[in-house]
Amino acid sequence: MTMTASQKLTQIRSELRTEEAEIINDKMIINMGPSHPATHGTVKFVLTLDGETVDDVDITIGYLHRGFEKMAEAGTWQQVLPYTDRLNYVSPLINNVGYVGAVEKLWGVEITPRAKYIRMLISELSRMTDHLTSIAAGALELGGFTPFLYGVEAREALYPLVEELTGARLTTSYTRIGGLAKDIPDGYEQHMNTALAHVEGLMIKVDKLLTKNRIFYDRMMHTGVLSQEDAISSGCTGVMLRCTGVDWDLRKHQPYLAYDELDFDVIVGSRGDNYDRYLCRMEELGQSVKMIRQIFKQMPKGPINVGDWKVCLPPKDAVYNSIEGMIAHFKLVTEGHQVPPGEAYFAVEGGNGEVGFHIVSQGNGRPYRVKVRPPCFYAMGILRKMLVGHMLADIIPTFDTLNMIGGEVDR
Amino acid sequence: MHLVDNVLLNIVLMTLVKFAGFVLAFVMGTATVLTWAERKYSALLQNRIGPNRANIGSIRAGGLLHMLADPIKMLTKEDFVPNTPNPILFRLAPLMAFVPALVVFAVIPFGPGETFQISNTSLGILFIFAISSLNVYGAVIGAWASNNKWSLIGGLRISAQMISYEVAIGLSLCGIFMIYGSLDLQDIATRQGELLWGFIPAWGIVYQPVAFVLYLTCAIAENKRAPFDVGEAEAELTAGWWTEYSAMGFAVFALSEFIEIVLIGCVGTTLFLGGWTIPGLHGDAWWIVVLEIGGFLFKSLFLVWLQMTLRWTLPRFRYDQIMRLGWRIMLPIALLNLVVTGIVLTFIERA
Repeated sequence: MTMTASQKLTQIRSELRTEEAEIINDKMIINMGPSHPATHGTVKFVLTLDGETVDDVDITIGYLHRGFEKMAEAGTWQQVLPYTDRLNYVSPLINNVGYVGAVEKLWGVEITPRAKYIRMLISELSRMTDHLTSIAAGALELGGFTPFLYGVEAREALYPLVEELTGARLTTSYTRIGGLAKDIPDGYEQHMNTALAHVEGLMIKVDKLLTKNRIFYDRMMHTGVLSQEDAISSGCTGVMLRCTGVDWDLRKHQPYLAYDELDFDVIVGSRGDNYDRYLCRMEELGQSVKMIRQIFKQMPKGPINVGDWKVCLPPKDAVYNSIEGMIAHFKLVTEGHQVPPGEAYFAVEGGNGEVGFHIVSQGNGRPYRVKVRPPCFYAMGILRKMLVGHMLADIIPTFDTLNMIGGEVDR
Repeated sequence: MHLVDNVLLNIVLMTLVKFAGFVLAFVMGTATVLTWAERKYSALLQNRIGPNRANIGSIRAGGLLHMLADPIKMLTKEDFVPNTPNPILFRLAPLMAFVPALVVFAVIPFGPGETFQISNTSLGILFIFAISSLNVYGAVIGAWASNNKWSLIGGLRISAQMISYEVAIGLSLCGIFMIYGSLDLQDIATRQGELLWGFIPAWGIVYQPVAFVLYLTCAIAENKRAPFDVGEAEAELTAGWWTEYSAMGFAVFALSEFIEIVLIGCVGTTLFLGGWTIPGLHGDAWWIVVLEIGGFLFKSLFLVWLQMTLRWTLPRFRYDQIMRLGWRIMLPIALLNLVVTGIVLTFIERA
């Protein structure tokens, strides 16, 4: 049997390959997660390791799936709200703001100026807890236990403020369709200023321990690089997008609430690596502090809820003492908000990016469909590309600066 | 015959007394206290309270009782052995790490004269290198015998790391031998008691500041502690090479790490911080000797403190960065330091 030269070459190649394969291609497949110190938020990486290099990684999400979107269809419009607390559990208030914002958009309800300012206040407060968690956890997993605890201490300075406002640290459920559960308490501004000063002091310490630390710099710089094209095509938002140099922040470019009345900067990176994401978060913390101070300065007086009893529960005084109030309360609680048929999409800038709610109403007091657009979900889609070809140890800072939140991704 | 017996008995007895006084009381004592001190000190750095719950009745002693509670817990827990083909090696590994760490103290002079050194050998520092490089076996064999992929990766990382830094640490100390012209630790310590130009103590750190930094860095890397703890790297490798160890096996590994912290302090003191000598204080009076021993312990504890502060301040390297640091930065600097020392010494001799 005769062989052409090219066939012969192919045969030699394949023989070589099998021989080499026995010696060299001895790759290790190893499960990282779902129960692993680095995979907080519960995610599984099936790694194919070539020595220390990640040859391939299979990322499995869904371990925290609770069926949020399906559960949302079972209750009234207002009853969905407590579920939204559990989406991004480090910044629940932003989810609250996003969800009621979507309902109000569909219904065409214009909330009061004071409610807008309070909603901005809680959004920025939550953004700070979110960023602090991300920075602190990232430091911890690079072995920096001390900056981690400084970051957590800063977060602990902010959580009492959330608790003072809403009565809970995590399960806030603070917003209402057409307004808020309650107004900010007395002396809140003073407490906030004390806490912010404390946080700023701690952030200086974290900054000194990390930002110019050579070890930290080497671990973060040029690792987990995300290109601008990848970031845009995969649908990344928030810090993941801004770190690549795209100037896109919903607060600035699609202003909702009263963000157009505030003076703040959008922090944009240039390299799209872990170090840029870390710096973006640090800078955004400063911007949030600045915005909270402005909010207190500019906050108008007035009611927090709209006067329409079809949108907001009537005041207790009216419920107990007038027949109209009683009926309005009864109808709203038993039948739910009569949101007109139609659909709407409303997005806010969350801790990790665009938190969007797409809601569909059929006009019967219950949501027909609630679809969440979680920012991390899209970032998780591009994560594989950021990990393959790099070292095992680079998974850690990359996954940390991505800041995946299981409750949000898996819903 | 009788005389020989007496001499031998004397030597054995003296060795035992020295061993009890130095190794058991100071080294093991410090290592045990370190298990508490490290948690308490890190708590101090991190605005926490730290361990304070162990108690006998109402006595809490600031958490000191944790030193008692920990061994009790470790001894009563299940000593888990994973499904491994090498259960004997798995059991032996902690001892392989523990014994070399302790043996090295035999040649450390903790006071003036032969009385305050367990074994006076003229090759003291070589003995330290020889024995402490055995340390790597404990970790690597433990990692291998664990039959766990995370342990294996961790074990590979530390074996590469420890062997690499062994080279740099050896070269960094050569300058000291050239200057003092001896490998005998007692000799080196005594020589450091002199004064340079009448007012600067002639300590190793004065002659060889670069070598001191190199030594401390490499020694911490040898001990696999943060920022060089890539073998453990709890965020990447769960717990790396000691993932499968529990109860006393784990405790012995941890204790040998703490003993090595003390060892780094003691060797560093002997070679760079003047050993037991106190500048300007000479004599045989008992109070001077006591002061000198106290000085040695104090200096060692200072280096221990320095290591703890570093450990709780710095984040962790990446594996390849450690290797690069070892071979491309530490080793050339050590060599350069050696060459410069040689040139300077030659000029001084000629002059």
